[in-house]
Amino acid sequence: MNLRSWFLVPARLTIGLFFAAPLAIVCGYSLLTRGDYGGAERPWTLENYTRLADPLYAQILLRSIAMAAAATLLCLVLGFPLALFISRAGKRKNLYLQLVVLPFWTSFLVRTYAWLFLLRDTGLVNTLLARAGLIHHPLALLYNNGAVLLGLVYGYLPFMVLPLYAALEKIDPALLEAAADLGARPLTAVRRVIIPLSRPGIVAGSILVFIPCLGAYLTPDLMGGGKTVMIGNLVQNQFTTSRDWPFGSAASLILLAFTSLLLYVFLRRAEVR
Amino acid sequence: MKRFLSLYAALAFAFLHVPLLVLIAFSFNGGKFTVWEGFSLRWYQSILHDPQLVEATGNSIFIALASTVLSTSIGAFTAYGMWKRRAPVLQGSLYLSLVTPEIVTGISLLAFFQYIFRWLPFRLGLMTVVLAHVAFSVVYVTVVISARLTTMDRSLEEAALDLGASEWTAFRRITLPLLAPGIAAAALLALIVSFDDYVITSLVAGVDSETLPMVVYAMARRGANPVINAVSALIVVLFGVLIVISERVREA
Repeated sequence: MNLRSWFLVPARLTIGLFFAAPLAIVCGYSLLTRGDYGGAERPWTLENYTRLADPLYAQILLRSIAMAAAATLLCLVLGFPLALFISRAGKRKNLYLQLVVLPFWTSFLVRTYAWLFLLRDTGLVNTLLARAGLIHHPLALLYNNGAVLLGLVYGYLPFMVLPLYAALEKIDPALLEAAADLGARPLTAVRRVIIPLSRPGIVAGSILVFIPCLGAYLTPDLMGGGKTVMIGNLVQNQFTTSRDWPFGSAASLILLAFTSLLLYVFLRRAEVR
Repeated sequence: MKRFLSLYAALAFAFLHVPLLVLIAFSFNGGKFTVWEGFSLRWYQSILHDPQLVEATGNSIFIALASTVLSTSIGAFTAYGMWKRRAPVLQGSLYLSLVTPEIVTGISLLAFFQYIFRWLPFRLGLMTVVLAHVAFSVVYVTVVISARLTTMDRSLEEAALDLGASEWTAFRRITLPLLAPGIAAAALLALIVSFDDYVITSLVAGVDSETLPMVVYAMARRGANPVINAVSALIVVLFGVLIVISERVREA
């Protein structure tokens, strides 16, 4: 073996030992039966997978997909005008891009906590509204689907804005001038020229937001307060409170399969282009 | 339309930044509640008097430093190795590890450690956290250093080899110094992702090795506690400083 191959040995060991082997163990567990005191025992079974089709769990899977899709759509709608603004900001482009990325570089936990601080019953928003005499009981701003959605959009908006910006930046301004000369109003130009041309950015941004939202754990946990259960919470619960590792393994493999499949399709499409 | 866009952008930037700014502002609040009662540093002082927070901070720093040294070394070798020759399987697995939801990485590492510890005299603790952090940060380091390598001129190293340097010497004397800014930026990134991680850490930390995010999480769940505001503000500032340094060295 020559020196070059040795350079890759540490990474192969790390990934093999701490990524591939753990996944292999989870695959094995997902086909076993839950032991009396947790853990996993024989006989081998597919029961853990069929149990995911049970209405109780199917509902969690569907809710996760719906929440991730809603968060993606919201990020797209909210991120598009922002990306458009930045792409036309001239010299200040870089400053604005930094402003988009900056919160992303802050601890995810701290960013989620900031919303708890604002929105909980004794939080700033409720306190201000109560002092202004607008409300007499605190509004239930947290621990519902809307709060989880807010947390997801806040967390992953930069993932949408950056690829959108990259796509919008490439659009030749002459095309817009042409549209205007031919009598298109600004909104028509956006709809007929800008949106179609920014499709690659829309697709990339949507994938980048959808994937982490689907596997979200911390946001539904803190902002949903255990009321909005998504797949990530189901998995965590099976490995901690419920101590049903085989079922938790099956759920996490379904999640991983879904994520990788999406990414694979997206990368293949990107390659074809 | 232009005016509408500017107004909208101002609102969007406010949405992104106001929550954190408010949080930081209230970390200097004299009162315990969400009503401004004058400037005070009492919550910062109470961090120092909370043994749990102090210990958790120590743990987090130890874990971040140890895993950064390991993952940066491994990632630097990996990026260099993949620059020299294609390694599709390794590259694919690295990217897969990047998109794997954190919760899945966490439970699979937990299952793995519990499984092998049947035969080994270890248990969950700081060491398993360090190993887990190395596992998930190698890919970040590799990506950052690879980006630096794509801007590098291969002929420099080839010249060294033509002049009789061994491969190792060429790497050590030519490529490594040129890569140094990229490596430093990657190390800072590894520090941040390690210091920030809650999901994976909480699963593999065992009972007696709490990290700072674990304490923040527990406090946040328990209810209002202005000490978290102060801790959060410090984390925001720390990360900000690390990012600024990282940007500077990367541009160097």
